[in-house]
Amino acid sequence: MSLTLFFVLLGLTVASFWVGRQHAVSLRNGGARLHSLPSYHGTYVALVCGLPAALLLLAWISAEGWMIRQFVIAGLPDEFKQLPDGELALLMTDVRNMAYGAVPLDTSRPHIVSAVEHYNRLRGLSKVLSWLVILAVAIAGFVLARRMIAPEFRARNAVERILNVVLIISSSLAVLTTIGIVLSLVFEALRFFARVPVTEFLFGLTWSPQTAIRAEQVGASGAFGAVPLIVGTLVISVIAMLVAVPVGLMAAVYMSEFMPGRIRAVVKPILEILAGIPTVVYGFFAALTVAPLVQSIGMSLGLNVASQSALAAGVVMGIMIIPFVSSLSDDVINAVPQSLREGSYGLGATQAETIRLVLLPAALPGIVASVILAFSRALGETMIVVMAAGLAANLTINPLESVTTVTVHIAMLLVGDQEFDSAKTLSAFALGLLLFVVTLGLNIIAQRVVKKYREQYE
Amino acid sequence: METPFSSAQPGTAPPPAVPLPNEPPSIVARNVNVWYGDKHAIKNVSIDIYRRQVTAFIGPSGCGKSTFLRVLNRMNDIIEGCRVTGKITLDGDDIYDPRLDVVQLRARVGMVFQKPNPFPKSIYDNVAYGPRIHGLTRSKKELDEIVEKSLRRAALWDEVKDRLDEPGTALSGGQQQRLCIARAIAVSPDVILMDEPCSALDPIATAKIEELMDELRQDYTIIIVTHSMQQAARVSQRTAFFHLGDLVEVGSTEQIFTRPQDRRTQDYITGRFG
Ligand SMILES: Nc1ncnc2c1ncn2[C@@H]1O[C@H](COP(=O)(O)OP(=O)(O)OP(=O)(O)O)[C@@H](O)[C@H]1O
Ligand SMILES: [Mg+2]
Repeated sequence: MSLTLFFVLLGLTVASFWVGRQHAVSLRNGGARLHSLPSYHGTYVALVCGLPAALLLLAWISAEGWMIRQFVIAGLPDEFKQLPDGELALLMTDVRNMAYGAVPLDTSRPHIVSAVEHYNRLRGLSKVLSWLVILAVAIAGFVLARRMIAPEFRARNAVERILNVVLIISSSLAVLTTIGIVLSLVFEALRFFARVPVTEFLFGLTWSPQTAIRAEQVGASGAFGAVPLIVGTLVISVIAMLVAVPVGLMAAVYMSEFMPGRIRAVVKPILEILAGIPTVVYGFFAALTVAPLVQSIGMSLGLNVASQSALAAGVVMGIMIIPFVSSLSDDVINAVPQSLREGSYGLGATQAETIRLVLLPAALPGIVASVILAFSRALGETMIVVMAAGLAANLTINPLESVTTVTVHIAMLLVGDQEFDSAKTLSAFALGLLLFVVTLGLNIIAQRVVKKYREQYE
Repeated sequence: METPFSSAQPGTAPPPAVPLPNEPPSIVARNVNVWYGDKHAIKNVSIDIYRRQVTAFIGPSGCGKSTFLRVLNRMNDIIEGCRVTGKITLDGDDIYDPRLDVVQLRARVGMVFQKPNPFPKSIYDNVAYGPRIHGLTRSKKELDEIVEKSLRRAALWDEVKDRLDEPGTALSGGQQQRLCIARAIAVSPDVILMDEPCSALDPIATAKIEELMDELRQDYTIIIVTHSMQQAARVSQRTAFFHLGDLVEVGSTEQIFTRPQDRRTQDYITGRFG
């Protein structure tokens, strides 16, 4: 229903653009000197016609369900209004499903039948009203804007002002969403810290977030020490960096200094594709190929290697983040002015000396920034670890053992049916907050470094 | 301002403006051609460059002055698609001989560029760069001496002696260019190539560099590319005029500027084109 309305609105907007433009053209043909081009007049009419109506439609759709629900509840017999929240919600879900025909009407419960009828009446009313109101707004906008068209009307400035507002709204949406996410993380984490002390979370050495179903059950309390997860995260990330930084850096040097331009134009995008492979696919690769390989090599060396190991996950994750290091570093090495290379060659330096003594130092801040970016990517990675390193929260720095990371446990905590106010579930938010703080810190450092780098050649 | 041809310093005997009859030229180029892909940038150029002189390359933009200059220390090797034929010798050694080490060649033929290009390192490290990579010194003390000597020769020492560990990029444009000259001198080359070394500098900094060139030519063979006829007249003893990849005319600076043989040279130096 709102879809049809949407298309009608779209049609109206297009038509009003055309009408506005046509009117301006006819004014111009009549000999008037227009302030703005006819298409600006058209755009102005279209925006005034379509934009408020579209926003209203959006608001209507999001508010409709809630409003109808409130009215239906208000219309219920008194004994149902008194129901506890949970049962009331259950009842309303039934009503809604029956109203939409998803569930056959349960005629044995008269109050439900009447609620469903009420629901459907309200829906019908809402539909008619929405058509009337929204079309009225659109047409009013059209008429108003159409009357504004005159040779001296500054349609271009008006359009730019409107677009300006639209841009501001879009960018504040992005910012507000981020703030909202952070705030919800913080509040949920605070609820968690009300149950489990911060010190236990940050310094506790055991992670076993079992909460009891019955109070007398063994192990009812659960342990929320995040240290094993943090150490696991660090072990895997460090292994990943040990793979990604040398390989990525050397690849970057090779690409920017040795590879002929034509080949580089092909190879670089291919390398960047590595970053676009879904991490689940890396996960297969880690679990099915690398982990057994690591294990069999370890065995042949007489080492005791778990079938899921931090080493396997770290190596594959390192491969995944190679493009972050190589592509960005290649860009910064390339950005080092050619004149510095010539200066170095002109003094009789070899290519290797030039790279080592001039290019890498000059590009160092950019390279550091790329490494930090890659590191924060590694910290946030989940899938590869689930598949290759396992789920056991062992406190160990031995890369041959199974470990797990913060993100893996967030995922685990929230999978399946969960109560949203147990310490177990809430701990996911605390872990999320921890990860967020660490990644944010790394990003700030990276930006500082990049800024410093920018100042160098300007 | 000095008169154009009185370049001699009071007190020191002026080096001969015309080569000594018994001294062979330092650089001999014969039938040199350069191509960038299909573009024939230098056409059959033959020229002799003499020791202890400043030789100026002049000519309209795009005529191949920089290209020819860069051929002399094989800087064109790093340009993709650039091809050089002909024979060039430096003190008798063929510089395009495949057995010749281009690194050693560039240590003998230093280069100063149009835009000052100090490394983003300290002033000290900029000058010490060449001596370090060529292993010219055995101790820190020796290196310190080379750095000081080079900065003094480049007339920069007094301005920077108290801030040798500040970045070279923090100097003024003219100081940066003198730093680049000091950097080139520090490897004790035989020849210094300068491609429009003053084009990014103001008149005072330019005067300083010109003065410096005049002093340096007592020890080095200097080739300078310039767009300023006055500069060529002030600093050089010999001048070569290039036009569309051809070497039109070469001779003593005085002769080129007062009695050019070729119509094109005359048109250029009187400002009729270029
Ligand atoms: N890297 C290059 N690739 C292709 N062609 C080039 C390259 N460098 C120079 N050329 C061409 O070779 C010719 C000579 O160039 P060169 O730079 O030697 O001129 P120039 O005399 O130094 O000019 P200017 O006085 O403007 O510096 C020009 O036509 C130029 O377009
Ligand atoms: Mg040039």
